[in-house]
Amino acid sequence: MAYPTETEARLRAEFVEIIARYPMARSALLPMLHLIQSEDGYVSPRGIGLCAEVLGLSTAEVSAVATFYTQYKRHPNGTYTVGVCINTLCAVMGGDAIWDRVSSHLGIGHDETTPDGALTLERIECNAACDYAPVVMVNWEFFDNQTPDSTVELVDRLAGGQRAAPTRGAAEVVGFREMSRVLAGFPDGRADEGVGAGPETVVGLKLARERGWHAPRRAEGTDESAAVAATASSSGYGHSREEGSSSSDDPVVPAGVADRGGALAGKPAADSRGTTQQPTREPARPDPGGLTGTGTPDRTPKET
Amino acid sequence: MATTLTPVLSSFWDDPKSWTMKTYRDNDGYCALRTALGMAPAAIIDAVKASGLRGRGGAGFPTGMKWGFLPAPDGGPRYLVVNADESEPGTCKDTPLMLAAPHILIEGVAITCYAIGAERAFIYLRGEELHVYRRLLQAVAEARAAGYLGTDVLGSGRTIEVVVHAGAGAYICGEETALLDSLEGRRGQPRLKPPFPAVAGLYSRPTVVNNVETIASVPSIIANGAEWFSGMGTGKSTGYGLFSLSGHVKRPGQYEAPLGITLRELLDMCGGIREGHELKFWTPGGSSTPIFTAEHVDTPLDFESVGAAGSMLGTRALQIFDETTSVVRAVLRWTEFYAHESCGKCTPCREGTYWLTQVLRRVEAGHGTAEDIDVLLDTCDNILGRSFCALGDGATSPITSAIQYFREEFEAGMHTPAWELFPYHRSAIVPVGELVGASR
Repeated sequence: MAYPTETEARLRAEFVEIIARYPMARSALLPMLHLIQSEDGYVSPRGIGLCAEVLGLSTAEVSAVATFYTQYKRHPNGTYTVGVCINTLCAVMGGDAIWDRVSSHLGIGHDETTPDGALTLERIECNAACDYAPVVMVNWEFFDNQTPDSTVELVDRLAGGQRAAPTRGAAEVVGFREMSRVLAGFPDGRADEGVGAGPETVVGLKLARERGWHAPRRAEGTDESAAVAATASSSGYGHSREEGSSSSDDPVVPAGVADRGGALAGKPAADSRGTTQQPTREPARPDPGGLTGTGTPDRTPKET
Repeated sequence: MATTLTPVLSSFWDDPKSWTMKTYRDNDGYCALRTALGMAPAAIIDAVKASGLRGRGGAGFPTGMKWGFLPAPDGGPRYLVVNADESEPGTCKDTPLMLAAPHILIEGVAITCYAIGAERAFIYLRGEELHVYRRLLQAVAEARAAGYLGTDVLGSGRTIEVVVHAGAGAYICGEETALLDSLEGRRGQPRLKPPFPAVAGLYSRPTVVNNVETIASVPSIIANGAEWFSGMGTGKSTGYGLFSLSGHVKRPGQYEAPLGITLRELLDMCGGIREGHELKFWTPGGSSTPIFTAEHVDTPLDFESVGAAGSMLGTRALQIFDETTSVVRAVLRWTEFYAHESCGKCTPCREGTYWLTQVLRRVEAGHGTAEDIDVLLDTCDNILGRSFCALGDGATSPITSAIQYFREEFEAGMHTPAWELFPYHRSAIVPVGELVGASR
């Protein structure tokens, strides 16, 4: 079934934006397929056909790509993909038990969707959050340190149409189509929501502050780069911390921090640290430039 | 003196708005870019060479040397591609870095582009990290609005544009040439090398491919000097790095320390193994690095020492398993991962990982045969070094090292299921019911 005229026109216009990010048009194929999923909920035959036509590829070439990557779904996906990490570490720490419970609770297996179309369940591989094991992902947002009980509660909430907030992510999980649109490079205005770091991410930093540990002060230069860096210190960078910058009213920063030099080597006492800030949701707005910073369309290969 | 932590990249991650331009500037962010733009590009490359910085994505190749491999400018484009496809089991450092402080990476990208003469960089992020993607997109937009990216960066006349590209789920795209094929809109399958990306990379143009943490380390080197960086670490493993502790430890997480710190020191910092248990085995740098045991706790975690002890430093992904854990179960699950993620291009890897999985499943279930250990080792021997990329090699590491250290557990697989020898619920850190048999 072909796309309605307006839908096709919009997709074509957005394809042009995506293609403009890259020196060569074909590089746009992965985000274009994400965009198809935002429209159809999977990589539909009509979407594959449209990508092929726009990029001057055969549908076989596009299908070959679409079937290679696990995030591209070959049948309509649920509103939420619930992924349970079953790679070794998460599995051992409790991921296998989470999988068994959730799978039997929902009555579906890997890459299967509940009859109401709410949830698709997946056994997922390592998602780079091992310090938060066992990990569950919902539409590729982090739900850290999960248990079988917490995961069953989570899927029940989602199935019931209630909101769910990731531990590290946006204020709430968005739907599969909304997520796919972001992955195509169209921001949804939620970047400032949620935390910067979970507790495990800063456990080492916290310990270093407690014990007064820090990176060494900047070496006095003998080579050119250090000499240049030393020059820069006069303009406020790479300097040894002024006494004043290690504010005495911040109990967390040990006295030794005053010795720290260098850009990233020391954190000045931030007045705002420790204060609770509620993430404010900016209204979703289309970014006419799509991905920013790509400049003028330049699709001609500059190979010489 | 015992090694201490040295937060550099992580030094402001606890700021409640750590990811914003404002926070980064408050922490001297983008000053190194200003410094760099006042240097000759060659001087930046020399500084990175002098620092001894080695790739933080696993292989540990000297970064400055890699940059130096680019051929002389020919008037055509050259590219920087940042490998943000963090997917190696156990590896969880780039993701928190980009979530908490994306601007460190963006500043490193800008400096590196200036140094290597690239006007365009791509950050290839795995597609399974939605919020990281949002943060990176926003950071690029903020940096562009502030003049740190775009045309005429900080009045230098230089153009540096950055595109953040989301993948779509494929471990193999962490391999640099597979990543390039994927970025060109193809199936992510590795290329035969040579030519190396420095000569013929993205769109067959000279390309530098570096890991996130590698590029994020560059601003600190420019700001503080090569000697500051090389003053940390050991011998040929200079500088600091993120050590990611996970598994059966009391306080898992990110610990930023000089290379050469030991697991014993890190265990002391993280509170040790969970109460009432003891260390059994661990990976020094992800699942593709041969496992270590309790006898290796004093091995300095630098490239040379870990190599001499029979493994690889990899990505400093320290997955810790205590005595409740079945090594057969762990190794089977990793092997299933490699079988799932093998791209299928090379026969030894595609077929070999499939057969390894079949054999290990029956060993786990207690139905192994007397020949199975030999079959596993022989199959590994036929994969190792016989494929285009390192995925196949990595698949053999857990198996051969586990048989080396825990052969008796594989022998027990001839008659007793692993879940009877090591009841699986005992390994879980969260309340679980009785786990019987393999979870599928």
